[in-house]
Amino acid sequence: MASIKVDGTLVEVPDYYTLMQAAEAAGAEIPRFCYHDRLSVAGNCRMCLVEVKGGPPKPQASCAMSVKDLRPGPNGEPPEMFTNTPMVKKAREGVMEFLLVNHPLDCPICDQGGECDLQDQAMAYGVDKSRFHENKRAVEDKYIGPLVKTSMNRCIHCTRCVRFTTEVAGISEMGLLGRGEDAEITTYLEKALSSELQGNVIDLCPVGALTSKPYAFNARPWELNKTESIDVMDAVGSAIRVDSRGREVMRIMPRVNEAINEEWISDKTRFIWDGLKNQRLDRPYVRKNGKLQATSWDEALGAVAARIKKAGNKVGAIAGDLAAVEEMYALKGLLASIGSGMTDVRPAMSGIDPSMPRSAYIFNPTIAGIEDADAILIIGANPRKEAALINARIRKTWRAKNIPVGVIGERADLTYTYDYLGEGFETLADVAAGKGSFGEILAKAQRPIIIVGEAAVSHANLGKQVGRDVIALASKLANGANVAEGWNGFALLHNAASRVGGLDIGFVPHDGGVCSADQIALAGKGELDVLFLLGADEYDMSAMGKAFVVYIGSHGDQGAHRADVILPGAAYTEKSGTYVNTEGRVQQTARAVFPPGDAKEDWTIIRALSGAIGKPLPYNSLAQLRSAIYAEFPHLARVDEIEASDFAALTTYANATIMTKSAPFGSAVADFYLSNPIARASAVMGECAALAAGLRQAAE
Amino acid sequence: MRASQFVNTLIMKEFVSAFFLAMRYFFSPKPTINYPFEKGPVSPRFRGEHALRRYPNGEERCIACKLCEAICPAQAITIEAGPRQNDGTRRTVRYDIDMVKCIYCGFCQEACPVDAIVEGPNFEFATETREELYFSKEKLLANGDRWEREIASNLAADAPYR
Repeated sequence: MASIKVDGTLVEVPDYYTLMQAAEAAGAEIPRFCYHDRLSVAGNCRMCLVEVKGGPPKPQASCAMSVKDLRPGPNGEPPEMFTNTPMVKKAREGVMEFLLVNHPLDCPICDQGGECDLQDQAMAYGVDKSRFHENKRAVEDKYIGPLVKTSMNRCIHCTRCVRFTTEVAGISEMGLLGRGEDAEITTYLEKALSSELQGNVIDLCPVGALTSKPYAFNARPWELNKTESIDVMDAVGSAIRVDSRGREVMRIMPRVNEAINEEWISDKTRFIWDGLKNQRLDRPYVRKNGKLQATSWDEALGAVAARIKKAGNKVGAIAGDLAAVEEMYALKGLLASIGSGMTDVRPAMSGIDPSMPRSAYIFNPTIAGIEDADAILIIGANPRKEAALINARIRKTWRAKNIPVGVIGERADLTYTYDYLGEGFETLADVAAGKGSFGEILAKAQRPIIIVGEAAVSHANLGKQVGRDVIALASKLANGANVAEGWNGFALLHNAASRVGGLDIGFVPHDGGVCSADQIALAGKGELDVLFLLGADEYDMSAMGKAFVVYIGSHGDQGAHRADVILPGAAYTEKSGTYVNTEGRVQQTARAVFPPGDAKEDWTIIRALSGAIGKPLPYNSLAQLRSAIYAEFPHLARVDEIEASDFAALTTYANATIMTKSAPFGSAVADFYLSNPIARASAVMGECAALAAGLRQAAE
Repeated sequence: MRASQFVNTLIMKEFVSAFFLAMRYFFSPKPTINYPFEKGPVSPRFRGEHALRRYPNGEERCIACKLCEAICPAQAITIEAGPRQNDGTRRTVRYDIDMVKCIYCGFCQEACPVDAIVEGPNFEFATETREELYFSKEKLLANGDRWEREIASNLAADAPYR
C-alpha cells in the first residue's frame, strides 16, 4: 500500500495504482478520453493532466503515472496530487482548445450528440472560444464494414478503437497511420472489420467518429426509453439495455456485468433490433385449403383445441432457442394435463440426459472463473461463434497468463493460439487417457476447464450415446488427479438461451415421452397428431408428415411456414421472461415495448388454450405463474445467482463405460449472424452474413 | 346651490368642454385601422406562423438535429430523421408541428443551429378545421418559400441584437 494526498485528503491505495485510480479512490473526478479501464494505457489525449508534488514540476498525465513514481517529501510526508488547482485548470483548457482545433463541431448532425464525452467535457472543462482561425483539417471517411459508420473529421486520435480491436477482439485490423496533422485511424486497406465484437468500438469512441450505421440518424439519446434487460441471442445472457421510442426498439446497448459480459456485447446482440420489426407474426393464422389465413384468436384457439381433444395424449412439444422458462413451464403443464410427456428443449439426438445432474449440463467454472483457469480444452465448439464473450474472456486469460489452450473439433480462428489436437472422438479418448503433450498438461493442471460444445454433445446421425460418452470423458478430464479443491472445470457451452432453463424445469421427455428427433419421426409416421413448436425453427420441417403443427412464436420463419395454426407470441424485448444462461445463472428480461398487433405474451396464449380445451392451468397472472414455478423449482427465484452445483454427482459419469469408437465434431453454429429467427429477419444480419461468407471465400 | 355652480350651468361649461374634446379627437389622426385592408406595423421579432427555410440554392436547411423538438415546452413538434436517399446526409423524414399545441414561445427558432425553423411575420393563418393546423414538413417548407423575403429581412434587422 502507498499513501498519497489527493487535493489535501490522505488516501491509502495499492502502490500499483495510477494517479487516476488514486484520485478516483479519493472521490476526485479526472476527465479523460484515451484512458479506459479495460484497455492498455496510451496516455495520448493529455486530458487527465494533474499537478503533483513529489514529481516533475509540470502537469502530469495521471493515467500513465503510478503512485509509486512519486517520491515522499523531505520529512517523509506522503506525495501529493492536485486536481483543482489553477495549473490543472489551465492545462485542461489548453488541451481542450487543442482538441477542438480540428474537431468539426458538427454536434447537431452527429449521432453522438447528447451522449458525447467531448461535448460534456468541453462544457465542463473547456473555454467557450478558440484562438485558431485557420482552416480545420479534413480527413476522408473510411469504410470499415456495414455496422460501424465513420466520420473521421471528428476523430481525436485517442486510439481506443485500435487498442480494443487489437487487445480484446483480437484482430489487428485497425491502426493509426501518419504523424501530427496527418495522423489517421484506418483499417489500412478499407476493408470491413472481421470481428464479431466490432460494435463495441461505437461505445468506446468518446466522440462521434465511430457511430452505429444501422442506427444512423434514427433517434437522439434523450428521446429513448431505457429498459434494462438480458440478451437471448446466445446462452451467455449478456446484460443489455434496450432503448425504445414509442412502440419501436431503436437500439440495444451493453450494460456492465462483470460476471458475464464485462461491458462488451457481440454484434448479433447489438444489431439484431431491426429483426424485431420485420417478418413479425402479428395475427393468428389458420391453414385453410392449404393456405394460411389470418383469423381471430377465438377461431385459432378453437381450431387447436378441437384437434387436441381428438388427439388424446398423442401431442408433442418442442421448444426453440429463444423460449423463456415461463412459457415452457406453461406448455409442459398443458401437455401434462392431457397426459403427454413429450416435451423437449434439446437439439436432435442430444447426449444430455434428463436423468443427469445439473452439473452435467451447465458451465460450472462460470464465465468469470475462466480467468482462474490454467489450461483450457475446447471440445467440439467454436466459442467465437457460439459465445463471443466467452471467447473474449478466454482470450483475456490467454493474454494475461499465456495458458495452454487445446482444441478438438473444427479448426477455426479463435483470436488466440491453440494446440490443435484432432477433429473427433478418437482424439478426445486419447487426451482423456493422458496421451500426448496436451493430455499431460491437463493431467497436471490444477484448474483446467473442459469446454464441451453442443456439436460434441448432439450428433443427429450417430445417436445419443456419442454425446453421453463425450460428457463422460470430459467429466473425467475435469476430475484429474491434481485438480484443486472446489474447482469444477466441466463446462458445457450451450448456444441457445432456452436450453438450461428448459432442462432446469424438466422440459425434456418424461412419463413415456420421446425426444425431439423421435417426436418428428413419430409425426412423420402419423403416430403423433399434434406438435407444438414453441419458437422452434431449427428442425426438419419437411419430416413432420401430416401432424397438426401449432407454431407459437414471434417471427415468420421455417416453423411458421410449416404450421397449421400460428399463434403470434412476443419477442424477448416484449415480455418479462426468465432465462438461465449457460453458467446456470437465472436472469430475467424486461418488457421494453409491447408486442405488435394481436400478438400476446407466449404463456398467456398457452393459458388461453388450456381454457379452450377445458383444462385451465391454475394461474391467471405472471405473478401466479412465477410463484408456481418457484414453488416447484426454488432456484429460479434467485435471480442473478447460480445455484451451487454438485460436482460429486458429475464424477460418477467419469467412470461410465465408453461405447463410441469414433465420431467427428463439427460446429453447432453454421452462420454466426443467422442463427435464430430474429437474426434471419434482420436485414443488417443478412448483410453481415453475406459479407462474412464473401470474406471466407476470399480467404480460401 | 352655490354661485360657482350656477355660473357653470349658465355658461354650459361641461357641454362646451365636451364639444371641444370631441372636436380635438375629430381632427386628430385615427389609431383604428380598416383591418383586412390596412395593417399595423409588425416587429421584426414578431413570432407568428412557423416556416422551414431553405438555403439560396434550394437545399433545405433543417438537419434533423431535433433540438427544437427537445426544447419545445408544449411538445408540439414531432420529428423523424434518417439518411436522405440520394446522398445519405442527415435530414428529416417527417417534421410536424401541431399548431394547436404551439404556444408561440419562439424557443424552437432560438434552439435552431441553422436558422431553419423560424416563426415568421404571418399571423393570419386561421383555418376552418382543426386538421389544417397540423402542419407537415411540406406545409412548413411552402411557408418558408412564401415568406422567405420577409423572414430574411427580419433576421437581418434583429441580427445586431443577438
